[in-house]
Amino acid sequence: MFDFLEGYDLLGAFWVTLQLTLLSALFSLVWGTVLAGMRVGPVPLMRGFATAYVNIVRNTPLTVIIVFTALGLADVYGVTLGAGDFDSQYFRLAVFGLSAYTAAFVCEALRSGINTVPLGQAEAARAIGLSFTQVLTLIVLPQAFRSVVGPLANVLIALTKNTTVAAAIGVAEAALLMKEMIENEAQLVLIAAVFAFGFVVLTMPTGLLLGWVGKRVAVKR
Amino acid sequence: MKFRKASAAAAAAAALALTVTACGGDGSTDDSAGDGSGTGKITVGIKFDQPGIGLKEPDGSFSGMDVEVAKYVAGELGYDEKSITFKETKSADRETALQNGDVDFIIASYSINDERKQKVDFAGPYFLAHQDLLVRADDTSISEATDLNTKNLCSVTGSTSAQNVKNDFAKDAGLVNRGGYSECLGALQNKVVDALTTDDSILAGYAAQDQYKGKFKLAGLNLSNENYGIGVKKGSDLTAKINEALEKMVSDGSWQKVMDETFGPAGYEFEPAPKIGELK
Amino acid sequence: MSSVLYDTPGPKARVRNIAYTVVFLALLIAGLWWAIAQLAEKGQLEWALWEPFTRLPAWETYLLPGLANTLKAAALSMVIALPLGALFGIARLSDHAWIRVPAGAVVEFFRAIPVLILMLFAFQFYAMNTGISSEQRPLYAVVTGLVLYNASVLAEIVRAGILSLPTGQTEASKAIGLRKGQMMTLVLLPQAVTAMLPAIVSQLVVIVKDTALGGVMFGFTELLNSRQTLAANYANVIPSFLVVAVIFVLLNFLLTSCASWLERRVRRGKKSSGPLAPTEPGGGLQTAGAVPARGGNSETVSGP
Repeated sequence: MFDFLEGYDLLGAFWVTLQLTLLSALFSLVWGTVLAGMRVGPVPLMRGFATAYVNIVRNTPLTVIIVFTALGLADVYGVTLGAGDFDSQYFRLAVFGLSAYTAAFVCEALRSGINTVPLGQAEAARAIGLSFTQVLTLIVLPQAFRSVVGPLANVLIALTKNTTVAAAIGVAEAALLMKEMIENEAQLVLIAAVFAFGFVVLTMPTGLLLGWVGKRVAVKR
Repeated sequence: MKFRKASAAAAAAAALALTVTACGGDGSTDDSAGDGSGTGKITVGIKFDQPGIGLKEPDGSFSGMDVEVAKYVAGELGYDEKSITFKETKSADRETALQNGDVDFIIASYSINDERKQKVDFAGPYFLAHQDLLVRADDTSISEATDLNTKNLCSVTGSTSAQNVKNDFAKDAGLVNRGGYSECLGALQNKVVDALTTDDSILAGYAAQDQYKGKFKLAGLNLSNENYGIGVKKGSDLTAKINEALEKMVSDGSWQKVMDETFGPAGYEFEPAPKIGELK
Repeated sequence: MSSVLYDTPGPKARVRNIAYTVVFLALLIAGLWWAIAQLAEKGQLEWALWEPFTRLPAWETYLLPGLANTLKAAALSMVIALPLGALFGIARLSDHAWIRVPAGAVVEFFRAIPVLILMLFAFQFYAMNTGISSEQRPLYAVVTGLVLYNASVLAEIVRAGILSLPTGQTEASKAIGLRKGQMMTLVLLPQAVTAMLPAIVSQLVVIVKDTALGGVMFGFTELLNSRQTLAANYANVIPSFLVVAVIFVLLNFLLTSCASWLERRVRRGKKSSGPLAPTEPGGGLQTAGAVPARGGNSETVSGP
């Protein structure tokens, strides 16, 4: 029944999807946190930059961003991100695009988390003489992160699904393989079911696991 | 802000019905200026994005060799220019468009080969093109296909030309895929890739565009023969009629005139008109 | 400018902030200058490449029809997905397990799958099993994919909206003897829809952004795809790309602004009590311009 899978590297394609997801998750978490810090910080220019970044990126289709990494960054700016061949170059460009896009949502999730931290926490921190950076990194962010595990899990699930857009610049991940397979094989419904199952396997545990973590680490108030 | 479910659902249903009926009716019928004479229309599939072959111009008109051949053939079949509707048939959609009857025939740099012949019938050939390479004008390092082993090639997603070069001549060539030829030209211009490969007729059209003039040249390699045919639905009686029209087009000199006008400015030396039914 | 996160800057802090500003500004300008210089070096700033956008034909023939298709696909998807989503959202709240469980399974399933996978499936499905012409097929595929995905997202928005209503509403309608159907259509839904309106408009942004996928993956002639035909004529890949990106941003910015305007209106109208009360400033840290999280908020990140 599943002999149509022969000759296709299904696991390899999902492995690329997973790599795209994990690397982009890491980079977008870092960049998103920096953006959130700028957005609530005391320097007006940085606040303006972070706000503009989030507003522009959130309103741009990811497809446009990903295609631009190839046509703009690769072709015009000659950005290779240290890759030796085209395959790894476009993989890295896809990670770059996904991270730049997802960071905007991480920033928004974190900011809503910062808003849930009680006023008294920051006031007490300032009262004992902590600077803005200390208030943010020692008092506010640790609590904010614990309250936004749920929203961040949603961002991560969305990111997992968004990695399929990398197919637009020919990164050999799951969606590209599916496109190739349904063009060459007749078992459309079965093929779609296999790929759907693959993504359910990738996204459902993330939601359940992080949901459980979120409940455990939540700050009781 | 009162928002009741019943009215919302009704509005949604009405909007849906409206849009769906509107959808069925549009399409590209706006191209065929309705003169109301009811003498019948003919729909021809062409490319919309290949200068010199089939291109949708900014004013909404169409230009290129395929368009001119289509007009001549349609004229011989008894349709004047006004009753021709041009539809875009991308490479991957051509067989389905004929099988579904979306178009009456297709003139879209459509090479005759055995695999396609199983699905559709071909009239012609009306043109003989060769697969070739487009390289930067100042690049002298590519004189034969094997030179590509140390170079990078650009190809259009869904096209097999570049893969063929890689399989037959240069196994170690790097391969980049882009959505269209103009994206490939950008990469070629910026030295991200060293060559773009497809039929010389298509490459010549791009090289002759104002913005690219003098920047690129054809390498002049005959990597393959591409016999352009006119695709029709399998078993259709149009094939014989189109063949007659094509023969007349060659014999009355219109063929030569169209090709001179199209490819003359590009400096592309095209092969003489092929004989109907004779593949090279 | 003072905030709860930092003190009103004194003389030292002011100097420090100015230093940060100067350094950051220098970095920004350097980055921007590099970006523009590179474009200029590669000849992308030549007026001939940009000039087409100042004339009508480029818009009339390529961009506006593309934009029209983008909007058409988005509007169709929303109009079909909304009632479907409401249906599934209500079904998930049913008292009967045989309705609740399958509805929940369907919703969770389609939320877990990338919209591109759904579109690719629909495209091939229509090609193999229906007589939809090749010209209409991309639109149908895009709309089908978007409807399946967004109906399940909207189902969650609607469900969250109904659940966020005070239990008093349900109790009161039961007390005056309304049947379940009446309670839903007369009492719960009208309030929930009002509360969820901003989230629904935000979802429209996700839909608009997702239409671009069909343009790149299977030739739906929306904005991003029409750009390609345009660039084949004017040989201006990068300029056309930037123009299209700006159109997308402006369009979505308009929708986002509309959503926040609706949200402000909704919140003002419900000042006294009601479903949105928990998101009112309740002692949390309010940063400048913060929009408190709302029921369906996390969903609006979902699309590309």
